[in-house]
Amino acid sequence: MRRRVAITGIGAVTPLGVGADALIDRWIDRRCGIEDGEGQADEFDPIEFMTRKEARRSDRFAQFAIAASDEAVSQAGWSEGLPYVPQRVGCVVGTGIGGLSSLEEQENVLRERGAKAVSPLSVPLMMGNAGAAALAMRHGIHGHTYGVVSACAAGAHAVGAGTRLIEGGDADAVVVGGAEAALTGLAAAAFMAMGATSPTGVSRPFDRRRDGFVMGEGAGVLVLEDAEVAERRGAEAVGEVLGYAATSDAHHLTAPEPSGAEAARAIELALDDAEIGPADLDYVNAHGTSTPLNDRSETESLKTALGDDARRVPVSSTKSAIGHLLGAAGAVEAIATVQALRRRTAPPTLGWEERDDGLDLDYVPGEARALGANGNGAGDPLVAISNSFGFGGHNAVLCLRA
Amino acid sequence: MEAAVTTERVEKVIFDGLAEVGAERDQISRGATFETLEVDSLDLVEISQIVEDEFGVELEGDDVKDLKNVGEVIDLVVARSS
Repeated sequence: MRRRVAITGIGAVTPLGVGADALIDRWIDRRCGIEDGEGQADEFDPIEFMTRKEARRSDRFAQFAIAASDEAVSQAGWSEGLPYVPQRVGCVVGTGIGGLSSLEEQENVLRERGAKAVSPLSVPLMMGNAGAAALAMRHGIHGHTYGVVSACAAGAHAVGAGTRLIEGGDADAVVVGGAEAALTGLAAAAFMAMGATSPTGVSRPFDRRRDGFVMGEGAGVLVLEDAEVAERRGAEAVGEVLGYAATSDAHHLTAPEPSGAEAARAIELALDDAEIGPADLDYVNAHGTSTPLNDRSETESLKTALGDDARRVPVSSTKSAIGHLLGAAGAVEAIATVQALRRRTAPPTLGWEERDDGLDLDYVPGEARALGANGNGAGDPLVAISNSFGFGGHNAVLCLRA
Repeated sequence: MEAAVTTERVEKVIFDGLAEVGAERDQISRGATFETLEVDSLDLVEISQIVEDEFGVELEGDDVKDLKNVGEVIDLVVARSS
């Protein structure tokens, strides 16, 4: 029998604050972490989590990962040391870009002061696996450890990869997540040049007036464990990864395939993996970027994969409250999904006011809504999917229960 | 004209450099070892860059790899710059 995968700890740093509770409580409270067209994690101070030396040896994206991992690991009850042989614990952390501000800073040093002035910390600061490396060192992890790079799907792929490591028997526990800190002038200009970001600086997924995504920054980290072993050691699960699937559009550098066929297949496969059907779903945490193309093709993919249930299930987008955290998004949104299920509440898609032709699902406009009317009793766990789609046509879908 | 390279000046620049890379200020002394200061090879490259900027003395990896404490680096820089 396949090993079940429990989530025993969650941690987040987002534009809504530091902590996985701040993320969900403030979102449900309809607060938005976006200001002046970007979602800064402005409540975060690295010195609260690490020494000055650790901070200067970590790019901001890795600092976010460290802080989120401390919260997750503490909740899992790992603070006094790993409850597993360290060789049986893995660490998989996604990012879209890596240490971009460190790269830009050293590019300036090179131009202004020459090659010999470039910092020896440049590579460890900018490398895409810096988050995974930092967490492995911090928590003494000796098993499978690597970064995942799949643009805006990286966080979800990381959760999926960690899940597979446990299911396949390669690890008993895996610290997974995603981290991003790319609020630089270059990134803003580059995303704007390709027409991906909102010229008005407003994130309103699925609304007729949506005009692009708003960039955000932060990290989400989850502790995954073999559910049976976690139970034996008395750990309290905050949720479960029931299923995971990933597909590829093979269609265009950046645009999603309009019919959403491969995204739909990822949703179907994730449900198959979870051994459930569309009728069992209580909530969908959408990728919902607020771009004209994504929100349309994602709606199509949900209709294809869920059939009649697509119109029943509440669908909302975390990006309406925090913007698009790129490679962190999938992990942060998996956490938001688990938290929404634990609160038995579908948080709203903030800013949704005007229906667009063909975008006719229940996007939870206005207020948060109680979940659990789907035949589930008050105490039964709820089930959701969290969608993540990345530039390059990478689709990753997690099926979560809490 | 540049100030003369005195032991005191080199000591100040290196102490400041060590603090900059994250060593604890109150642990920094001539006798402190890089091990106790938790100064690693990457930190030593940064210190070497600072020394070159200040004194024009190039320290290569081979020059510092066998040095164990702060005083030995100070003495090497002073010797090279005279």
